[in-house]
Amino acid sequence: MAGFAFQLINVLGALLLLLAFAMISQRRILSLIHLYTLQGLALVVATTLVGHETGQPHLYLSALLTFALKVLLIPALLHRLIDRLDVRWDTETLINIPTTMLIGIGLVIFAFNLALPVAQLSASIARSSLGIALACVLLSFLMMIARAKAVPQVIGFLSMENGLFYAATAATYGMPMVVELGIALDVLIGVLILGVFMFQIREKFESLDIRHLETLKED
Amino acid sequence: MDVEILWFVLGLPLAGSLALALVGHRHVAMDVNVGFSVATFVAACVLTVQTVTGGPRLALGGAFWIDPLNAFLVTLTAFVGATTAIFSRPYMRVERDHGKMTAPRLRLYHSMYQLFGFTMLLALTTNNMGILWVAMEAATLTTVLLVSVYRTAASLEAAWKYFILCGVGIAQALFGTVLLYMAAERVVGPGGGSLLWTNLEAVKSQLDPRIVTIAFAFLFIGYGTKVGLVPVHNWLPDAHAEGPTPVSAVLSGLLLNVALYAILRCKVLTDAALDSHLAGQLMMGFGLLSVVAAAFLLTRQKDAKRMFAYSSVEHMGLMTFAFGLGGPIANYAGLLHMTVHSLIKSAIFFSVGHAAQKAGTQIMEEIRGLVHVSPMVGWGLMLGALAILGMPPFGVFASEFLIITSAMRQQPWATPFLLVALGVAFASVFGRVQPMVFGDTSLKRLGHRPAAIPVYVHLGLGLMLGLWVPPYLDAWYRQAARMIGG
Repeated sequence: MAGFAFQLINVLGALLLLLAFAMISQRRILSLIHLYTLQGLALVVATTLVGHETGQPHLYLSALLTFALKVLLIPALLHRLIDRLDVRWDTETLINIPTTMLIGIGLVIFAFNLALPVAQLSASIARSSLGIALACVLLSFLMMIARAKAVPQVIGFLSMENGLFYAATAATYGMPMVVELGIALDVLIGVLILGVFMFQIREKFESLDIRHLETLKED
Repeated sequence: MDVEILWFVLGLPLAGSLALALVGHRHVAMDVNVGFSVATFVAACVLTVQTVTGGPRLALGGAFWIDPLNAFLVTLTAFVGATTAIFSRPYMRVERDHGKMTAPRLRLYHSMYQLFGFTMLLALTTNNMGILWVAMEAATLTTVLLVSVYRTAASLEAAWKYFILCGVGIAQALFGTVLLYMAAERVVGPGGGSLLWTNLEAVKSQLDPRIVTIAFAFLFIGYGTKVGLVPVHNWLPDAHAEGPTPVSAVLSGLLLNVALYAILRCKVLTDAALDSHLAGQLMMGFGLLSVVAAAFLLTRQKDAKRMFAYSSVEHMGLMTFAFGLGGPIANYAGLLHMTVHSLIKSAIFFSVGHAAQKAGTQIMEEIRGLVHVSPMVGWGLMLGALAILGMPPFGVFASEFLIITSAMRQQPWATPFLLVALGVAFASVFGRVQPMVFGDTSLKRLGHRPAAIPVYVHLGLGLMLGLWVPPYLDAWYRQAARMIGG
């Protein structure tokens, strides 16, 4: 049973990574939000499994929190946001998608290499999880760089936080509860602020294209 | 010590932010803001006196840890917070008269100002490295709102850049914290105590060096973004230039210090775990790069607040370099530099803020002859600029002198870079400030008298620290410098 759960957690990690790649290749904002929700769901299942395997009850609480925040609340906020901003379609990428995917593969290799010495030491159930988590973080980072619109950048930011959360859960059985609550609160407030910001940016620039935000240069 | 004074240190700014969320738009809000900030400062002083007499200790059931290093920064933070609130009073009145600050914006500004103070103090006093991260992120969120408060295109751009860059940076720090937790859990054992500073400190030499190396790299990038180290400094000049001037003063005076404090805590652990000087070398390298790059970027600035923001990058680099050098003298110099830089830089921003209001612009070429319109602002700016450039007898001279002499002893190759950078910075800042202060004027008078007290109190303290460091402060610096080690 333990071996099976172990495999399952790794599969979920792989799923997380796959979803991160899907996000890079996706140009529809609506699909991006769906992918983000799926990532959240994978996290919830992984957290519950780790909690079950290690018998740490606070992980159930953390899974519940993740579910409420990343599967229900934040996606709902994002849906409302794109409805009101009317930006469902098309996100232009600054780097074309095949190139981004190739860079992404390079990043994954880099992440696994970096995490290798640490993973060998890890006493916890999922050794490869650290590499996966780091790869997810770097891929989300890439997504934030490659996108020219504000909403995908924010989704990249959120997905980066997912990767970090997976690292905390699978590699260390979750952070202390008080820290986790604090992180969740920060993320939620961050999304709210960014949402408000996007309205203001559009009001000022009449577009959500962040290439307008390049007047403050070093001169 | 029956009633924990820490309740007041943390509770007052939090209560202040709630109170000002209700009345922040009223006429009295500016006074309420000053009241809460000064009260916080008084509480911080009591806390410091207790720490100096009673030594390091846990507070509030082990959730908080007060030692010489953070007690010193708590006082500094509360002090600059209080004087900036005093400066903000006439400044915001003028902004309101000019129509730049409406009632809802004032309410947001005041409430966030107090909340920002709370997050800074929480980051400093917490015993938990995880909460330290949470507080730093919360500080980012509050300052993003403060920077964008004018709602102009430029301020929105600055705030967006700030949010994204610091959000990404601080995410790296979270990854580093997870790794640190992982390393510590192997020693301390499961149960959630592995992120407590007191536990980490106790087992620091047993932490696995391989994990800690990677953890420190991530923590350094993450918190280094908030310190404003080159090459991740891009948010800093924009955020300083486009936000209200009191916000620029607290960003430079407080936020950068607290981020550096986070790096110092991580460095202590890394040094013990690694038996090598890796952390120090990283800090020296990036510190030096920041000093040199910022000095040359300084020469190209047209906007007064932008220029002094680059000067902050330069000085934060210098401090990072000093702490990277390590050893009692360099650490002492770093702590002294932290103090005087906070004091002098915020005094400069106070003067620049008043000057920019009189001129109606922040472009330096259009600000001329300040001393004729308002001698107080003019001389404040002139003296502040001289002080920050390291002219004796101000405190910056003393700390820079100590840093450069320790660099000569420990890492002689770095000295020419430092000297050239300081020289370049001197030439460009002095050359710009001199005509701003003297020369013919076309400036107008304002309806509200500028706040002279904060500027001159800061400059006076900066001068005093250059001539004479009070014995108890000296003992305190020595204790903190020993704790950082290196």
